[in-house]
Amino acid sequence: MAIRDYIRERFFPHIWCPGCGHGMVLNGLLRAIEKIGLDKNEIVMVSGIGCSARIAGYVDFHTMHTIHGRALAFATGIKMSRPELKLIVPMGDGDALAIGGNHFIHAARRNMDMTAIVMNNRVYGMTGGQYSPLSGYGTMSTTSPYSNIDHAFDVVELSVAAGASFVGRTTTYHAKQMADILGQAIIHKGFSVVEIMSQCPTCFGRQNRLGSAIDMLEHFKENTTPIGSKAKQKNPDLIERGIFVQKKMPEYCSEYEKIIERAMVTVHHRDRRGHREYN
Amino acid sequence: MNENLKFIQGNEVCVEAALYTGLDFFAGYPITPSTEIMEHMAKRLPKIGGKFLQMEDEIASLCAIIGASLTGHKVMTATSGPGFSLMQEALGYAIVAEIPCVIVNVQRGGSSTGIPTHVGQGDVMQARWGTHGDHAIIVMTASNHQDVFAITVDAFNLAETYRTPVILLFDEVVGHMRERIFIPKKGEIPLVERLRASVKRGVDFHPYLPREDGRLPISDFGGVNRHNVTGLAHDMWGFPSDNPQVVHGLIRHLVDKIQNNTHKIAKYKEYYLQDARTILISYGSAARSALHVVENRRSRGEKLGLLELQTLWPFPYYLVQEKCADAKYVVVVEMNMGQILQAVKVSVDRPERVFLANRIDGVFITPTDIRNILRLIEGKGV
Amino acid sequence: MERHRLVFSGSGGQGIITAAVILAEAAVLYENLIAVQTQSYGAEARGGATRSDVIISDSAIYFPKVNQPNVLICLSQEAYNKFSPIIRPGGLLITDTRYVKTHRKVDARQRELPMYQTVMEKIGKPIVFNICMLGALIGLTDFVKSGSVKKVLKTRIPSDFLEINEKALDLGMKLGNAYK
Repeated sequence: MAIRDYIRERFFPHIWCPGCGHGMVLNGLLRAIEKIGLDKNEIVMVSGIGCSARIAGYVDFHTMHTIHGRALAFATGIKMSRPELKLIVPMGDGDALAIGGNHFIHAARRNMDMTAIVMNNRVYGMTGGQYSPLSGYGTMSTTSPYSNIDHAFDVVELSVAAGASFVGRTTTYHAKQMADILGQAIIHKGFSVVEIMSQCPTCFGRQNRLGSAIDMLEHFKENTTPIGSKAKQKNPDLIERGIFVQKKMPEYCSEYEKIIERAMVTVHHRDRRGHREYN
Repeated sequence: MNENLKFIQGNEVCVEAALYTGLDFFAGYPITPSTEIMEHMAKRLPKIGGKFLQMEDEIASLCAIIGASLTGHKVMTATSGPGFSLMQEALGYAIVAEIPCVIVNVQRGGSSTGIPTHVGQGDVMQARWGTHGDHAIIVMTASNHQDVFAITVDAFNLAETYRTPVILLFDEVVGHMRERIFIPKKGEIPLVERLRASVKRGVDFHPYLPREDGRLPISDFGGVNRHNVTGLAHDMWGFPSDNPQVVHGLIRHLVDKIQNNTHKIAKYKEYYLQDARTILISYGSAARSALHVVENRRSRGEKLGLLELQTLWPFPYYLVQEKCADAKYVVVVEMNMGQILQAVKVSVDRPERVFLANRIDGVFITPTDIRNILRLIEGKGV
Repeated sequence: MERHRLVFSGSGGQGIITAAVILAEAAVLYENLIAVQTQSYGAEARGGATRSDVIISDSAIYFPKVNQPNVLICLSQEAYNKFSPIIRPGGLLITDTRYVKTHRKVDARQRELPMYQTVMEKIGKPIVFNICMLGALIGLTDFVKSGSVKKVLKTRIPSDFLEINEKALDLGMKLGNAYK
């Protein structure tokens, strides 16, 4: 299937600003899905609120644009009720880790099979440039006009600590790596997190004097390095890219199947639901 | 012994009724006095191959069942007081995205965290207007276990018919009380199943274009009709739109589909209204005390009647007006500061003759409390 | 049939509510009667004052609470102090000798029974104290048959514990009969 077949052309052009990294994430994601060869009917994309969340409207899957921070909770219900569906949950940094922080860590803990993508542009873009939990100390925003004193989460460390069974990080500059990590995350049986550092030239870049979108992409190139590289040893400030965790752990829906078996045995009740018919 | 005869809590009756409708997905978070609902669900659902989830909070619980509803399942969550407050954001989403689901609020006493183990009926207006923006909502209640069963089944039927969340507003007394109930046999109460879209492959699918009869067929996630679901104002494709015509049409549709069918949705029970000079209007557990007073006084020949409301919203204004037309006095019996009282006053021709018998201290309203108000109204002193 | 209004009271963890439920369930499921059981309790799972009301009748029960009980059972001093004034004149007040020191006369038949002591002497497990109390109640009154209560015990009590519960019920009934 061609990449174009995965999008809803009716709803283009998209609402993202020129230079925004989110379109690049969409591109990487669709390439990953095409490579795996997934059918459009087996994918459900659930997003929250913000610039990132609009991605769901543009793809021709079953899509749900929900409320701020709660995409993972909706996705949990969908996946649990129809485990054969593939769940992809793109979120913004404020969406996933401020208002949705609690849902995020609990989803990671449950290890239900779905892919959470944190489209990290370090700012609330849709509301005009306020600091997010990933902006970091010393950054400028409309709500930190004298500099930000909030420290940032490290998405990777947070996800690992919360129990995610797949954790990766990349940037919009590294388009091939992005598609590769996303593909592996989607195939992974369990809760996978992929942080994609994305540029917001309009809100974050401008307020922090990071130059154009291209300058910001160059910045990703220069300030990141593959996991465990020699460059990292020389310069500990470099941000590592790659797959940090990829492990087999009991998946929630599979575990619940065992609960069903156990419950049915205890009552000698064999009247299990037949397969539903879908239109 | 009749095997359909049970002696159980109202909370468990609600679970039995939900399962009777074919519910097979529940998500919740523990909170007094509704917790027994999720405990019974945790036990019962896996036995029938259904799914139970304990989520990280009440918002997540409502979000999860909304998601599961979209894959074609009958779903429910249950909570009380503060949990219901948390759910309001997701409730508005389900209303606007038109996703069938049932939300149980077993009301407890007090505002904020209040008096968790005691009774109250203070969430009537919150159920109506708790989520922001213009919308219509269906809110049902019941006073005894047989009715809890019937009304719970009805809630699922209405959720499917109108593609909307339905709120079951029970309370601590009904939820925790045990009394007998006969579980209806399969088929005894008709069930409404989901109206699914039947669009041929390749034909353009308009998920948010209501049919001529106003009903909106739904297409399950995982099927062949892929579509977008959003809480933003949306067009017939379910795609966000701020076109004034689209927004106006959406809000009208959401309100009209419920308000215009109030006469079909409204459920109530009446006792001795034909010749009643004084009419008590009550609902939920408070109606039990009201009925106690009515039966007592009728046995002494006094012309007292009871209108027990089972549908609180959309409020059946026409019904209250009609039933109270010849009454000298109307007394609303409820455990709050007069939340249904206001709706009754709006309904009747002579609002100055509507009085309130209430209790707000977490103690279940007694027949004596009601009698005292009746004596005051009748000029007999307490 | 006369309407029976009972209040079971004590402290959390004594099994007050369970005993009340078993009695009411026996009446409904096995004696074709109408019964309603409610409870009021605090936040504590153990300790604190617990109360459960039961009404048993052969006609519809609307108001489910008991204002003036015909039968009041108090298994703690706090419960006795709090509830003994509400007993209906001519009613029956049952207290346990270990937990309650009665200090005033009420206009009711007062029965102070060594239920806890008997359970500890004959069975040695305090967990069945509530069932012994239920037995004593059935021994003293006659509105629910012991056979009906035993049927409920079979459905509610795990089989490993059924025997000691039935034993406790019998011990209670003997006590009740002796103090009738």
